[in-house]
Parts: sequence; structure tokens; C-alpha cells
Amino acid sequence: MKLRDIADTFDFKVLTAPDKLDVEVSGGYTSDLLSDVMANSRPGNIWITLQTHQNIVAVARLRSLAAILLVNNRAPDEETMKTAEQEQVPLLLTPDPAFLITGKLYLKLSQKD
Amino acid sequence: MLRAFRADLHIHTCLSPCAELEMSPRGIIRTASEKEIDILGICDHNSAENVPAMRHAARPFRISVLAGMEVTSQEEVHVLGLFDSLDSALGLQEIVYAHLPGENDEDAFGVQPVVNEEGEILRFNEKLLIGATTLDLEEVVSLIRSRGGLAIAAHIDREGFSIIGQLAFIPAALPLDALETSPAMPIETARQKFGSRFPMTSASDAHRLDEIGRSSTSFWLAEGTVAEIRKALVRQDGRKVMNGKES
Repeated sequence: MKLRDIADTFDFKVLTAPDKLDVEVSGGYTSDLLSDVMANSRPGNIWITLQTHQNIVAVARLRSLAAILLVNNRAPDEETMKTAEQEQVPLLLTPDPAFLITGKLYLKLSQKD
Repeated sequence: MLRAFRADLHIHTCLSPCAELEMSPRGIIRTASEKEIDILGICDHNSAENVPAMRHAARPFRISVLAGMEVTSQEEVHVLGLFDSLDSALGLQEIVYAHLPGENDEDAFGVQPVVNEEGEILRFNEKLLIGATTLDLEEVVSLIRSRGGLAIAAHIDREGFSIIGQLAFIPAALPLDALETSPAMPIETARQKFGSRFPMTSASDAHRLDEIGRSSTSFWLAEGTVAEIRKALVRQDGRKVMNGKES
């Protein structure tokens, strides 16, 4: 499933890199420990987190993640936004908490087309 | 005249909910004296309220007590702020308190007694000291340094509440004064693993009396102050970090 379809379906606010939404999403990873995300996420994952520190952008890039989905409407600071735009990493925003949106995405991504 | 000082720059007192009540000022000072510690950094979680009692208790001894705090950033990274001036530490505390939501639950986390030098309880701190502030890491470091303090990333070898665990790597422009390794990793190993971009210190993170000094850092200084330690960390005026000593 394409990132753009997911973002549309769940009405995520696209904060950065709107031109990078036509990628295939391989699955998701939910964690707030960046060291854990470095070790255990998979390329193409959508990463669900409440961490807004600018290091999230570097981690997403190093792991070739499809996007970072920030939960609870936790808006990132300017530095994080700027870095994400520069590095062309999509930052998405949802009012849902991590458990809820992880569940919704899991159901959606496990549907057979 | 310069000489060696053995420093344990990261210990808790009974004020930290996770510390034992035996961590009273006199108990701490007596133990530190037995273990030949010259400098103690008092770093309770998000509070410096037991620093005055620690300084009173230390008076009859040749132990320097640095006014400190272990601040929890929004990202749940623990950063030590160490000061010579109590007022500077209390200035930081005021901002930390204003950005620290929640109330302590004694049954869940433990009691938070503010004590005098005799260990008598003056009051209980009711803030959720074990919680995270809403200050981001960059703000925490800047608040410490702008008040003349040393900003040290705590126990970076641990997964929980460390800059490496929470944020995977140290942000490029973050002006830390040093990185601290816990007793679980010797200072030399930490230097090899985390590189030489920042000076490395080693401290006990003691929550119990018998943990005081289990890990420490030796400095070559004129006196046991933050100003001298700052010089040592950048190898200025003959001051230097000698090594980490395990006891």
C-alpha cells in the first residue's frame, strides 16, 4: 500500500516532504527509543512515535523508513521540521495515541488487496 | 598547588523517590569519607532541595559538595547539571519545576523527603520528580550552561534514560561538557565505544549508601569546584582528568 493512500485514509496531516508519499509501505514500527528503532525497524516502515527531537529524521533516513508518524498531535519543533524538509523525510501528524493508530494501521496493512 | 581529587559526581539523596531513606546527609558524607571521596555531585531527580543539608553535613569533612540535579528532558534523557553556586542550581530548579507536570504517588514511586543535615524531615516534596520535564534536550543543556553549570549526559552506556538509548546518537551541535558512564562500563571501554568527541567521566549513580564511590573519576585540580573540573575536562592550566577508578 502506498504511503499517500494511508495518509489520505487516516487523514494524517503531512508536515514535510509532500512529494515523497508515492512509496510503498512495508509495514510499521512503534517505538519511542531511537536506539531500538535503529536496531529493529525495517526499510519502508512507517514509524509511529511521540519523539519529536530532530534525531528522528536521521534515524528515519539511516533506516530508509517511509515516514515518521507523530502521535497525540505532538507537533515537532522548527529544527526537526527544517531537517525533515531538507532530508526529504515525510513527517505525518495524527491526534490518535500510539496504541490506537498502530491498531488501525495494522488492520489496514494486513488487508489483502 | 595541584593534586588528585577523587570525585563521585552523581549520587542521589533520600529526596529521590527511587533512593533509599538511608541516603541521609550524614550517612552519605560518612560513607564518602570512608571511601576517600573528595568531591560529591548531588544529583537528585529534577530537584536540588537537599543540597543545602548536604553542604551543612559536609562542613566538618574535607569533602566538596557540588550543587546538582539530574534533569529529565522531554525525550526522557537524563542530564546532570553541576554548579558551584547553590543559587544557580535553585535557579535551574525553578524552571524545571515550572516544566514538570504531575504529583508524586508515594505508594507507586516512593517518598521524597527534604531533610536538614541531621536527616530530620522538613517536608515532603510533592512534585512528580521521577517524571519528565517538557523541556527538550537542547533547552536543558542550555539552561545548565547559561548558569555556569557543567552539563553531563548521564549513564550513556545504559539503554534507559540515556542520550544514546533514547536518541540513538548525540546530536551534532549539542554542547555537552562530558559524557558519564555508569559502573556497568569501565571508563576506558566507554571511551572506545563512544569516541573521544567529549570527555568521559565515571560515577556511581548511588541510590544506596554502599553504592557510593563504586565508580568514580579522578581529577588533577587545585580545589574541588565545578570551575576547576571544567578546566580539567578541557585540559586547561595543568588540570586534567586522570582516570576512572573502580572501588
